[in-house]
Amino acid sequence: MTARVGVVTFPGSLDDGDAARAVRIAGAEPVRLWHGAPQLHGVDAVVLPGGFSYGDYLRCGAIARFAPVMETIVDAARGGLPVLGICNGFQILCEAHLLPGALTRNQHLHFRNRDQILRIEAAGTAWTNAFQPGQEVLIPVKNGEGCYVADPATLDRLEAEGRVVARYLGGNPNGSQRDIAAITNEAGNVVGIMPHPEHAVEALTGPSLDGLGFFTSVLKHLVGAPA
Amino acid sequence: MPRVVVDVMLKPEILDPQGQAVANALPRLGVSDVASVRIGRRIEIEFTGEPDLDRAREIADKLLANPVIEDFTVRVVETDEPVDARQ
Repeated sequence: MTARVGVVTFPGSLDDGDAARAVRIAGAEPVRLWHGAPQLHGVDAVVLPGGFSYGDYLRCGAIARFAPVMETIVDAARGGLPVLGICNGFQILCEAHLLPGALTRNQHLHFRNRDQILRIEAAGTAWTNAFQPGQEVLIPVKNGEGCYVADPATLDRLEAEGRVVARYLGGNPNGSQRDIAAITNEAGNVVGIMPHPEHAVEALTGPSLDGLGFFTSVLKHLVGAPA
Repeated sequence: MPRVVVDVMLKPEILDPQGQAVANALPRLGVSDVASVRIGRRIEIEFTGEPDLDRAREIADKLLANPVIEDFTVRVVETDEPVDARQ
């Protein structure tokens, strides 16, 4: 049976099309979900795509967190549903308290758009099990508010529990504390990542095919997961 | 109609690059005695009935501020009184 992976469209989402395409290239069936409808249509996993949901008004992700679809997703994520938040999706996951910390304005105030090397540090999550720990991947980063911050105790706990999923290598593009590019929740089913794996799934448009691993990971996870 | 004013500020330990950029621009105005600038947000809420500080606090805590990085204060101001921006 083909896994069905939901991709949410909020008003202002930009990368929902690319995320759905990445899901398809990975071998799953993308299911488009709408911010205003609470139904998840029985999907096996959810991607919250990049963009500027609700115009990024107030704070990035602050208003999207209260979308009807998010109430269902938050409950389902607490129950183990794999959820990947990319860029704006990461911001939404932090605002929804599914992940600790917050994403703030890039320290240098510039929007950063470049291909970025990451080191995968946690290869046990639902979204990274196709990688080897320590593996380096090349994935585009493009954000204005991607500076990850949390209090020192939270950062220490993330490190001690192996919940830093990926770190920036070869230069930190936004000032994120401890070079953090991606983190996961305690159960490892919810991952937030600032760079864009969905833009690195085809040779024609991406700098590598490294992004595909995030999407094949969740398929592997679903096959292995107890029903 | 009285309003509730919510002031949201980044916590002191959170870097404020916008404030820094403004502070760095001040010497160009000939201002050299400013040690730091921090930028926050002011939100005015009008209730349909009486202003409700507890409700405003709840709104601020859940939506207007992100308690991970921001602090907030709430207060009631009368519409006919000049809004005191001097604190």
